[in-house]
Amino acid sequence: MISRIKESDFVKDFMKYRFLLAEIVRRNIKVQYRDSVLGIFWTFLQPLLSTFVLVAVFSNIFNNKTEFYPIYVLCGRLLYDFYSQATKRGMRSITTAAGVIKKVYVPKYIYPLGNTLSCFVTFVISLLVLVAFMIYFICFKGMPLTFNVLLAIVPVIILYILSFGIGMILATLSVFFKDIEYLYEVFCMLLFYLTPVFYNVKNLHISSKVVKMALMANPLYSIVNMFRFCIIGIGEWNWNWFFYSLGFAIAMVIVGALVFKAKEDKFILHI
Amino acid sequence: MSEVVVSVENVSILFNLNKEKVDNLKEYVIKILKRQINFTEFWALRDISFTVNKGERLGVLGFNGAGKSTLLKTVAGVLKPTKGSVHVEGIIAPMIELGAGFDSNYTGKENIFLYGATMGYSRKYIEERYDEIVAFSELEKFIDVPIKNYSSGMRARLGFSIATAVEPEVLILDEVLSVGDAKFRNKSEKKIVDMFEKGITVLFVSHNTDQVRRICDKAIILDKGKIIANGEVNEVCDIYDDLVNSGKK
Repeated sequence: MISRIKESDFVKDFMKYRFLLAEIVRRNIKVQYRDSVLGIFWTFLQPLLSTFVLVAVFSNIFNNKTEFYPIYVLCGRLLYDFYSQATKRGMRSITTAAGVIKKVYVPKYIYPLGNTLSCFVTFVISLLVLVAFMIYFICFKGMPLTFNVLLAIVPVIILYILSFGIGMILATLSVFFKDIEYLYEVFCMLLFYLTPVFYNVKNLHISSKVVKMALMANPLYSIVNMFRFCIIGIGEWNWNWFFYSLGFAIAMVIVGALVFKAKEDKFILHI
Repeated sequence: MSEVVVSVENVSILFNLNKEKVDNLKEYVIKILKRQINFTEFWALRDISFTVNKGERLGVLGFNGAGKSTLLKTVAGVLKPTKGSVHVEGIIAPMIELGAGFDSNYTGKENIFLYGATMGYSRKYIEERYDEIVAFSELEKFIDVPIKNYSSGMRARLGFSIATAVEPEVLILDEVLSVGDAKFRNKSEKKIVDMFEKGITVLFVSHNTDQVRRICDKAIILDKGKIIANGEVNEVCDIYDDLVNSGKK
C-alpha cells in the first residue's frame, strides 16, 4: 500500500512518478517545436546562426590565431546555451507548475529535474551540428581525430549536474522572490563574458587579478575547456578542470537539494 | 469493514498571513531595512482528528473559510500539517479542481496521458483505459484539438473522465458534482454512485446538506478550523441546518 505522506519511501515515490518525469520531458520538447514552422530544425539553426555571427565578428579581432575557430566557438556556444537554458527553465519550473502543485500531490523535485532534462535532450540533438562541423573540419581542414572525442561525455555530464543543482536553487528562490528572474538574466550575461566562448584566454593579456580569479572560479570555464580538448584534440588535459568542475557541480546539487527540501512544503503558500 | 483508510491525528495548520504580500527581493530588502516585516499567525486548522473506515463516505460541512479545502488538501498530501499527522492507505484521487494538471498547448489526447502521469499512473495503464476515458467525456471529435480551445465545461468533463477512469481507493470530492450540462451531471453522479458500490472511501465537501445526506453516511462540521460536530450524517446535517437558519435570523 502506498502512503503518500511518508517521506521515507523516496524510491517508491520516484518509481511511481517516473512516468510524470517522462511526460514532462516529452511535453516540453513537443510544445517547444509545435508552433514553429521550422520545427526541430531550430535546434540546429539557432546555434549555427549565433556561431556564424560570433565567428564573423571575432575572427579578425583580438589578433585571433585560434585554430579551427568556428568549431572552437560552436563548442563554447552550445555548452553555454545549454547551461543558460536549463537553469532558466529549472528556475521557472515550480512557478509554471503552480496549477498542479496547488491541487495534487506530486514530488516537487520532478519539475526542476524534468525541465532541465528536456533541455538536455534538445542539447544532445543540437550536438549533431557539431558533428557535421567536425566531419567537415576533419576531412578538409586537417583537424585531428582522436579517441578523446569519446571523453566529451565527461564534461557534458558534469555540466548537466551543475545545471540541475543551480536550477533547484533558482527554482526555490524564484518561488519567494519573483524578481530573481531578472537578476539571473543579468548574471547570465556576465557569465557569458566570463566563459571563453568566443575568446581564447591564452591570447588575452589580463592584467586584473580579480578578472583572472573570476575566470578560473567559473566552473563553465573548466567544463568548456575540457570539452574543447576532447573535440578539437589540441592542448592538454588538465585534471584541475575535472576535479574543480565536478566538485563544484556536486556541491551545487547538494546545496540545491537541501534548499529545495527545506522549503518545498512552503511553495504552495507562495505560488 | 472496519479497516481504517484515512486517519487524521491532531492536525493543525498554521499560515503566516502577511498584510502586504512581499514576493520580490527588492521589497523584501527595503522592508527588512525598515524593519517592516510582520506576520500575523493564523491557524487554518486546529487539532483536527478523525478516521474514515474503508467504504465509508464522510461529508465535510462548513461555512466559507472554515478550513474545508485546507483539510482536503492536507488529506491529499498537497499541504503538510504544521502539527499532527495524516495517514492514507491506498491511492487517492483528488478531484479538488478538475483539470489542474492540464497543459493548454497540449491536445486532449496528450493531456490524458499528462494528467494520468500527474496522478502517478503509467502510460501503459492509461492506454488501456484511453477509449473508456474518451467515450465517457464525449469529446471524440475534439480529442486532437489543443485544450486552449476547449470550453471550461469540456475541460471539466475531460478531467472528470480521467479522474474516475482509474480505480482509486479514496476519492476526494470538492463540489465537483456540478460538472458540465445537466446530461453530463446525471451521468457523472451515476458514475460516482457506481464507484460507491465498489466500496470506495469518499471525502465529500459541500454546502448542500441534501446532497450530503444523499451521498454520505458520516459527516463533520468545521468551524474556524475546529470540528464542532462529528457523527452520523442526519444528526450532523440537522445541526448544520440549524446553524444556517440561526445565522439567517
